[in-house]
Amino acid sequence: MKNLLTIQDLRVYYYLREGAVRAVDGVSFFMKRGETVGLVGESGSGKSTLGLSILKLVSSPGKIVSGKILFNGNDIAGWNEKKMRLLRGSRISMVFQDPMTSLNPLMRIEEHLVETIRTHQKIPKAEAKKKASLLLNEVGIPPERGGDYPHQFSGGMRQRIGIALAIALNPDLLIADEFTSSLDVIVQFQILNLMKKLKASHQMGLIFISHDISLVSEIADRIALMYAGQIVEFAPADIFFSEPLHPYSEGLLNSVPNIELSDQKLNYIPGMPPDLVRPPDGCRFYPRCPYGEDICRRKEPPLVQIEKEHMVKCFRYDGKKSRT
Amino acid sequence: MERKVELKVVNLKKYFPVQKSFLERLLSGKIEYVQAVNRISFEVRRGEVFGLVGESGCGKTTTGRLITRLIEPTEGKIIFKGEDVTFIQGERLREFRKYVQIIFQNPYASLNPRMRIGEATAHPLEIHGIATGERKKKMVFEMLEKVGLEPAKKFYDLYPFELSGGQRQRVAIARAMILNPELVVADEPISMIDVSLRAKILELMLMLKEERNLTYVFITHDLAVAKYISDWIGIMYLGEIVEIGRKEQIFSTPYHPYTKALLSAIPVPDPKREKKDIKLKGEVPSSINPPSGCRFHPRCSFAKDKCSNLKPSLKMVDKDHYVACHLY
Repeated sequence: MKNLLTIQDLRVYYYLREGAVRAVDGVSFFMKRGETVGLVGESGSGKSTLGLSILKLVSSPGKIVSGKILFNGNDIAGWNEKKMRLLRGSRISMVFQDPMTSLNPLMRIEEHLVETIRTHQKIPKAEAKKKASLLLNEVGIPPERGGDYPHQFSGGMRQRIGIALAIALNPDLLIADEFTSSLDVIVQFQILNLMKKLKASHQMGLIFISHDISLVSEIADRIALMYAGQIVEFAPADIFFSEPLHPYSEGLLNSVPNIELSDQKLNYIPGMPPDLVRPPDGCRFYPRCPYGEDICRRKEPPLVQIEKEHMVKCFRYDGKKSRT
Repeated sequence: MERKVELKVVNLKKYFPVQKSFLERLLSGKIEYVQAVNRISFEVRRGEVFGLVGESGCGKTTTGRLITRLIEPTEGKIIFKGEDVTFIQGERLREFRKYVQIIFQNPYASLNPRMRIGEATAHPLEIHGIATGERKKKMVFEMLEKVGLEPAKKFYDLYPFELSGGQRQRVAIARAMILNPELVVADEPISMIDVSLRAKILELMLMLKEERNLTYVFITHDLAVAKYISDWIGIMYLGEIVEIGRKEQIFSTPYHPYTKALLSAIPVPDPKREKKDIKLKGEVPSSINPPSGCRFHPRCSFAKDKCSNLKPSLKMVDKDHYVACHLY
């Protein structure tokens, strides 16, 4: 099967007075049609910047410096704004953490949907309205509420509206950035189930960006774990959770309380992520790594392939699962 | 041996009046209230951790602020070590604060940005006239080292902006612990800290608890965290406690339909686990006009007629395990 999205050695920097912040620094990964990639990382790891750069929405002083973004085989990294506008919303769309900030408070939700549809499709208003009410129904909002304004909906309902807008044009790829983070756990569970259902019925690819590795495990087919602007491990989800290879993956999984375990021993990763203006020369995780050796301080480890679809950025692995 | 009861809360209630304009008050004539906490009762024993768990808006933070006497209750009693402290004032309240401290959620807001770490940590010692000069400084150094801010000499002179979130939260812990309190209310102390560092803060809190035989009321929305740190768990929904029990009981045999839903909704870091389903309608209603009877009944799939008319009280279902539901 052909890849829906392939990212190759992408670099996105923010140019500040203190120097360039290397928010995304040499990232590569891929996904196939209909798959979900869980893009996981802590705050400041570059996961949101990576999500925005796929839509080329990184705003100044941020800039895509180099690398390829192959979407359906076309490198869109060099596309201009006019071409990108045709792509955004229709082929690739996005849902954000707080739907209230992405909805116009003075527009009824039906108008939002109709506007989105008619921007990309030349169809009569009545037809667009019909489509809008089908969409609302699909995300679990009674279509008769189409005349209401965003503030009349609860947080969970607003997120459903955000999803309806994002899938209105049947995109091939949906990017969801911490989109359940402001919801309570039960509503989060319901929205996540809705997302799974829609993903299957629309045959959509999904990039699910989150700091919550437990949440990501509920939906992702592949995991891309970011640390300090780089992907340190990229693996099929079941393998990532059962046999994490990178020391950061291991550390992170050991620091998450699991409700199914009793007498769990939690660990933490000492230290802090590095300054991305002046990151360490070698491996960026070296200062916090329990297995660090001299080479890790001097040289940046390459992203090595362990198995066909499992990559890890660590000197401990040399193309094999066994440690060198 | 049963441990001594450190804190007892009886029928505690807090209603906040809804702010309205003069004209609105004139026209409607009645004042509405947010029923943030509605007649809750529980006990916390010395040296144990009571986890107060609930979703946003359930009243758990208000409860924490009531216990620490930062706000006045509308009704009910707060009994600390056998003494009714509900309405104490002046010198007695000041004395009470030596024993009862609070750690807030947001370490970016709870520290004065213009106060050095050393001064912030020393502040409680000054307020209570416990130590001055060199002795004060020595106590602060010891406390900073205890919470892992080493070398203390360096941290003493830093400002909050020079610290990470995790380090700031340690300062907040140091400041709460320097008076040697007996009861500490921790309100979501790790929710704003990076995942990889959360366990370190929990470990620090448990270490201090063991060392000083502290009692904690640990407020969190995260049942997995509550499971890790608590001995007892109270589940709150819309201003009321719906279930209380020992940790093992809550997780192995939850009774209340809301507790069950919460437990199934928690994500587990294991993609191979069988996915559960929860049957729960809608979202949490407003606490201005909460549902009649059982406040959970409009969302409950087991609701009977009785549930909308009659409020269930907390009933014992097993030893130490209480639930407020008409099903039992």
